[in-house]
Amino acid sequence: MAGPGGDMQWCFSQVKGAIDDDVAEADIISTVEFNHTGELLATGDKGGRVVIFQQEIENKNHPQFRSEYNVYSTFQSHEPEFDYLKSLEIEEKINKIRWLPQKNAAQFLLSTNDKTIKLWKISERDKRPEGYNLKEEDGRYKDPNTITSLRVPVLIPMDLMVEASPRRVFANAHTYHINSISVNSDNETYLSADDLRINLWHLEITDRSFNIVDIKPANMEELTEVITAAEFHPHQCNTFVYSSSKGTIRLCDMRVSALCDKHSKLFEEPEDPSNRSFFSEIISSISDVKFSHNGRYMMTRDYLSMKIWDLNMENRPVETYQVHEYLRSKLCSLYENDCIFDKFECCWNGNDSVVMTGSYNNFFRIFDRGHRRDVTLEASRENSKPMQVLKPRKVCAGGKRKKDEISVDSLDFNKKILHTAWHPQDNIITVATTNNLYIFQDKVN
Amino acid sequence: MSEEAEGTMTSEEQQEMEDKVISPEKAEEARLKARYPNLGGSDFLRKRLQKGQKYFDSGDYNMAKAKMKNKQLPSAPTEKTEITGGHIPTPQDLPQRKTSIVASKLAG
Repeated sequence: MAGPGGDMQWCFSQVKGAIDDDVAEADIISTVEFNHTGELLATGDKGGRVVIFQQEIENKNHPQFRSEYNVYSTFQSHEPEFDYLKSLEIEEKINKIRWLPQKNAAQFLLSTNDKTIKLWKISERDKRPEGYNLKEEDGRYKDPNTITSLRVPVLIPMDLMVEASPRRVFANAHTYHINSISVNSDNETYLSADDLRINLWHLEITDRSFNIVDIKPANMEELTEVITAAEFHPHQCNTFVYSSSKGTIRLCDMRVSALCDKHSKLFEEPEDPSNRSFFSEIISSISDVKFSHNGRYMMTRDYLSMKIWDLNMENRPVETYQVHEYLRSKLCSLYENDCIFDKFECCWNGNDSVVMTGSYNNFFRIFDRGHRRDVTLEASRENSKPMQVLKPRKVCAGGKRKKDEISVDSLDFNKKILHTAWHPQDNIITVATTNNLYIFQDKVN
Repeated sequence: MSEEAEGTMTSEEQQEMEDKVISPEKAEEARLKARYPNLGGSDFLRKRLQKGQKYFDSGDYNMAKAKMKNKQLPSAPTEKTEITGGHIPTPQDLPQRKTSIVASKLAG
């Protein structure tokens, strides 16, 4: 992974999406997720559409280049709906996509908007039947009197067709807006979390779900925190965590009781009360929580930092990484333009040694835990020549700006990278700007 | 920092100045309070729970959607080659059902 110098270098591989600056709202990418082998990459957008890319088979002519991702399937997952009771629109925006581990020839994924989760089956068809007795090839029915002999239809090869069909619709279980879904390691159940409640579903059953967490206060005036993200443990099917807008993470064990309102562990970093400001709670709100692949750690992302927690230690994180500390002196403006409420995601690499998250100005940050090194890179069309090595970026917080540095005031806060994903086995990363998907891979010598 | 001509600062003002030096966050908070003196407490949560534009009723919603659709979709020329009335159509004769939803540009 690390070259002889110890630093990983990243090269541009591909970019997907339109070049023009005029971005239709429907094209805004809202989620990105690799499947368990990394062969498939799914994206969801604000228009309710899912696009799946597939990695081609090894490039035999150039074995040192990893293969490209090309469009495999695209479908409309969710449509806008109207909640008649509340007179509110239900957005079709895809909040999350989660793949199921593959069990047979077809692929399955869960996609969700604010209210409804759907299980989609993506299957390939590469054969079609030919030689019917009663039908012509073009579908017209034959006159039965003209048929003098019988034949057995045969299956002949045809151009690959990829079909997506909705197999289950899990609806009407959430009063508030769904922010997370997570498939259990038992591959039979999954959870869905909204602002105040978490429900447990069985993948086969759509008309019932169990409520496992409910933090709605009896009196809504007493509401002090909401659920921001939730995830099942990668191996222990009884364990899940959920994060809150107050910067805490609760770990729950479903064996303890049916309703997991009482946590088994509470992860919270003590705060210095003298440092508290109006912004403290807002920037401590956790926007994403992800277990490490080995199941021993979890990572949380709040507005300015990423923290790695050892599941055995609740009172503080074991590692803290500053993503863009220079924004601390800009909180007033970021509050005014609402950017302070942006929800950044984070991800682990395949062996949990490196973590990644996005920032503004189409910058994204990669932290190498082992080598204690970090780098800031930029996703832009200017650095999009094939295999072009990305140059590290530096933001100048104040004082004299060196050459090649960018000052905080020149950052474009409309160019945010909220969604990133890391291939489960390889050093291939994908980063979503507002409406483009960038794929980078590490430099192979 | 010390302005002896105007007299010594109160201990409160001194503390505030120290805060600004120590904590950029507190400085930002002061700036915000200066601009919005009436900023209330935690309405964020309540606002967050009810995100989304409220419409008067479903009719209002459908009108708004129709207006948006007219703006977004470029007007497509109607096909003149549609078969009507000549004979009973077969699947091959019927035109492909036009997708009312525009495909994602990521797939382009």
